[in-house]
This record gives sequence, C-alpha cells and structure tokens, in this order.
Amino acid sequence: MDLESLTRTSGEWLKATGPDSDIVMSSRIRLARNLAQFPFPSRADDSVRAEVDELLKTQLAKHPAGRKLNYIVVSGLELLDRQMLVERQLISREHSESHGQRGVGISDEENVSIMVNEEDHLRIQVLRSGFALDDCWQEINAIDDAIEADRTYAFSDRLGYLTACPTNCGTGIRVSVLMHLPGLVHTKEITKVFQALQKINLAVRGLYGEGSQAMGDFYQISNQVTLGKSEEQLIRTIKDVVPNIVSYERRVRQELVSKNRRGLHDQVSRAYGILKTARTISSEETMDLLSSVRLGINLGLIDDMEIPLINELFVHTQPAHLQKIRHEKLETVDRNVARADYIRQRLNERR
Amino acid sequence: MKCGRCSKPAVLHITELRQGEVQAIHLCEGCAKDYLSHSQASKGDGNPLLENETEEASLEELDQKTCPNCGIAFKEFRSQGRLGCPHDYVVFEEEILPLLENIHGDTTHLGKVPVRSPQASQLQFQLIKLRNELRLCIEEERYEDAARVRDSIREMEEMEHQTAPPTQADDTP
Repeated sequence: MDLESLTRTSGEWLKATGPDSDIVMSSRIRLARNLAQFPFPSRADDSVRAEVDELLKTQLAKHPAGRKLNYIVVSGLELLDRQMLVERQLISREHSESHGQRGVGISDEENVSIMVNEEDHLRIQVLRSGFALDDCWQEINAIDDAIEADRTYAFSDRLGYLTACPTNCGTGIRVSVLMHLPGLVHTKEITKVFQALQKINLAVRGLYGEGSQAMGDFYQISNQVTLGKSEEQLIRTIKDVVPNIVSYERRVRQELVSKNRRGLHDQVSRAYGILKTARTISSEETMDLLSSVRLGINLGLIDDMEIPLINELFVHTQPAHLQKIRHEKLETVDRNVARADYIRQRLNERR
Repeated sequence: MKCGRCSKPAVLHITELRQGEVQAIHLCEGCAKDYLSHSQASKGDGNPLLENETEEASLEELDQKTCPNCGIAFKEFRSQGRLGCPHDYVVFEEEILPLLENIHGDTTHLGKVPVRSPQASQLQFQLIKLRNELRLCIEEERYEDAARVRDSIREMEEMEHQTAPPTQADDTP
C-alpha cells in the first residue's frame, strides 16, 4: 500500500453505499485479542514487542479469512504519515503515539484494519458504510477464527478473552456506529438521546473516539460493557437503539423543513457558498459547514453535489491529509489557506 | 475507562451513596488522592479507609503484591490502569473481580470461546515467566544465563506447538 496515493482515495466506508447511510455514516466492530505466551505490549520490552510484531505480521500475510492485508510498519513511519492513518480511522491515536515495533494490516478498501502491539497485541477492526453491524460481525468473526486457528489467545473460562485493560476483558468487543445528527443538535434534542443512551450503558463520543470532541455533528455510539453478555447480545443492544435515533433524526429534519424551509435552504446554501469561495478556513468551521451541506443534500435542498465527496472532505481536510496533499509541513495559518484552496478545487471541479 | 476529572485511565472506582442516590465515580490515581483528602477534610470525621492504620498497612502490602510471571506490582497496575500479562488476572483475582463487577456488572464471560482450549495455559504462563527472566538476564549482562533461558523458551514453544489441540473440523464427529 502506497501511503502517498491514499490522499487521492478514500475508504469504502465513506462511499455512502450502506443502509441508512444518510444518517449512519459507518458501522464498526473491533476485537481486542492477546497472544497467551507474551506479556501485554505495555509490559513487553523492545525485543518481545519485535517478536510479537514479526509473528503477527507473518500471520496476517496468510490472508486471514481470504482477506489480503497490506502490512504497514507504523514504527517506521514519520509522524505525519501516522497522523494520516489516524485521520482515516485505520489506527488509533494511542497506536500512533506509542513506541516500539508495531504495525497495522490494512485491506485495500480500508474496511479491515488490524493493529499489532497497540494496547493489546491485536486490535482487529472491521468498518462498513451505513448501518451494517451484522456484516461487520460476520467478517470480523471469520478473521478472528482464522488467526485463532494458528495462534493461542489469552483466554480464561471464567473471564473470557484477557486484555491489558480490564474494561475490555470478556468478549473484547467494541460495537459502534458513527451517526450524523445535525437535526437533533440543531433542536437540542440530542441531550435527550444522550440521557437515554447513558441509561442503557452506551457511550457517546466524538468522531475520533475516546476523549475526542464532537465535530460536524457526528457522534459515535458504542457499548461499554464487554463482560457477561455475548457478542450477539451486545450487537443487538446497539442494533435495537439505532433505528430509533435514525427515525428521531428524520422526524426532526422533516419538522425543520416544514416549519422553516426557506430559512433552512438559506442556511445550507450559505454554508455551501462559503466552502466554494473561502480563501482561508479553520478545521472547525469546515466541519460545521460540511455538516450543513451534508444535511442540505440529504434533504434535496442542494442538488448539484454528492454525499461521498462531502464524506471524503471530512477526512481529507484534516491537518495531516492537507500536509500530505501539499507535500510540505504547514503551520495552522498556512494550513487554513491550503484547506480553503483544496475545498474550492474539489467542490468546483464538479460543475 | 477514563478518569471522570481528567483524561488519564481511571484506577479507582467509587460507588457513593448520597441522599439515597447511588453515584459511580471513576478516578485516576492523582485525582483519587485529591478526592479522598478532600472528602476527609470536609467530613471532619475523616475517611475510615485512610484513618484506620491496619487498613493502610494492608493497602501497602497489597501494592507490593507482584505477579511471578511478568513482574508487575499491583501498585503499577493501579497507577497505569494496564495489566502486565494474562496471569495477572489470577494473581490479582481478589482485587480485579470487584473492579470487573463495577465496570461490567458481571464477572462471568458469556459468548465466543476459542477453539484452542485454555488448558495449556500453565505452559503459556511459564513462557511469560521465562521471557521476564530473559529480560532481567540481559539487563544484568548475565549472557550465559540468558542463553540458557532462551533455549528453554525454544523448547517450550516446541512443546506448545505439539500440544496444540486439533482444529474444530477434526473435533466434530
């Protein structure tokens, strides 16, 4: 996999091909796994980390469940390249900032990514466009089975899969959906959603996971409990609640349109106009405006733009992507100019 | 789980009863100290956990408890929020089970089970122990010992490979 070429493409999960992808941007499942005969990465010295990395790299080269994976040695990458992988959701911030030999196996479509030597020896992740958790589970389960056929995982009869942090022990599963909820944010109904989710032990986070802020009206909803419930039960909890949020968001959007169509049309059109003409723009403003445009397209108020391009811009306008596109290191002020240039070029090339 | 006051990993999980309402608080080591000293000062009658000398002594003793395989002390786990190896779940079982109950509301796994049985775990734990020994040998420049330990690791890895259970396909009648 050529990292340079990544700036010209985007992951399959951004193509808006999945069910309900107007509101559910993507579905994701990850599994935390450890090899039984090694200490967890944080306790492993450099030579043990290297041994684990070599072992798992060889393992992933065997195409688990028929999946061809490109192995990238993360510890050999420049900071900017590592940040780009974080922006694409292929590795975590922790993996990028960690030390010692480590890597990631990535499928061509960027639907599968398997981190080696993150907090656990293995962090397997499967991503899909739209609301497609069953597909994610089927695929990740098959990959997990294939690796486990050759490698002995740390597992206890009572506590399940053993992980470096007790918060992941048991199934080691994190099921999440990334939802675009501008309607609920606009009407402030979103707090009701948060409260309801908290009651059933689901976590709400921003676009880039733990500790990140909600940007562009994107929210990630995921399970917190991993022990005492089966994978199917944990998936079911999310699967049951998401359609309610989807229809709530749709209802609120329709109300917004029927109450004040002209005002809303004006708002999304202005957002579109700024993006197409601005000469300097911050990341935050970009996310806000893209969110409005995304809403406008989904409501039929903007008809000369497509969702996949807008989805792609959410990722490609992030700091590391911009600097890779420009082939130079840029400070914030210059980045804001480069961002505006890039957005203008991408939005105007469609006409 | 992250600390409720900052972004460090939470190591102390407190369930408080306030005016009949149950409140769960998750704190990192720094914030926990702060929290405990404050609640001690405000209550006046002091925090029983810190006041009781025998309790304090047993806490210190607990902090020194160490995994024979990976060498991590309980204190290190408390401050980092990360365990050192799978065997820690056995060594610190008494302390970890209440923690798991607190986080997950359960302490028994339900769901997927690997095809390879965990029966071989004694061998796995031994391997972690040997790797820890190897690390110490190299650190202390005892290279002859290191070579011996390395040979033992190779031997055990071969054994592990031979004792690996058959695949699921062979298992089903």
